Amino acid sequence: MAIEVRIPTILRTYTDGAKQVEGTGSTLGELITDLEQRHGGLRERLVDDGGLRRFVNVYLNDEDVRFLAGLQTPVKDGDTVTVLPAVAGGAR
Amino acid sequence: MLTIPRALYDQIVAHARKDHPDEACGVLAGPAGSDRPERFIAMTNAERSPTFYRFDSAEQFRVWREMDDHDEEPVVIYHSHTATEAYPSRTDIAYASEPQAHYVLVSTRDPDQAEFRSYRIVDGQVTEEPVSVME
Repeated sequence: MAIEVRIPTILRTYTDGAKQVEGTGSTLGELITDLEQRHGGLRERLVDDGGLRRFVNVYLNDEDVRFLAGLQTPVKDGDTVTVLPAVAGGAR
Repeated sequence: MLTIPRALYDQIVAHARKDHPDEACGVLAGPAGSDRPERFIAMTNAERSPTFYRFDSAEQFRVWREMDDHDEEPVVIYHSHTATEAYPSRTDIAYASEPQAHYVLVSTRDPDQAEFRSYRIVDGQVTEEPVSVME
């Protein structure tokens, strides 16, 4: 068993086009570090020094991890993590 | 070029008018790879602001999963500018991350005449495209 991670179109260049990849870890941060081993470059698109980048939404199952514990959110085998591009903008 | 049915065009303009002076935002879904907008989905502007918009993340998750289940994708992503022209701002460009989508901007600054324009935004490059409304 592993954690299933769903990747949006814009980031599939890092997963050889795969829509879904798998990883392991006990927190979201560890999972992202694990994914980076096989999908180099992905980590930088998801996190910066301050934590998760504001340009992405990351969900554990169907919950936005910003409302959980961010990168410290515990994850376990059988969970699904979904990454979506944040849709935002505006006149300024 | 963006080809859009009249009914969907009118729904976008009506949504932008209704939420004025706040920015309105939403999606037109269509079959993946078809480039054909078919389904109007008004989204909540979580910012409720006249100068900024952001899809509510929980609502976006539901809508994106629903599109996935139906083999659809966001063919059009629209939002309104309520006091400035219908041209992508720096923020719009920084966030644009659906290279296959048409980014539609509607300006409601003129109460009588809505300005409706469409763009491709790929790797920070903005290209305006013609809009063809199907009657």
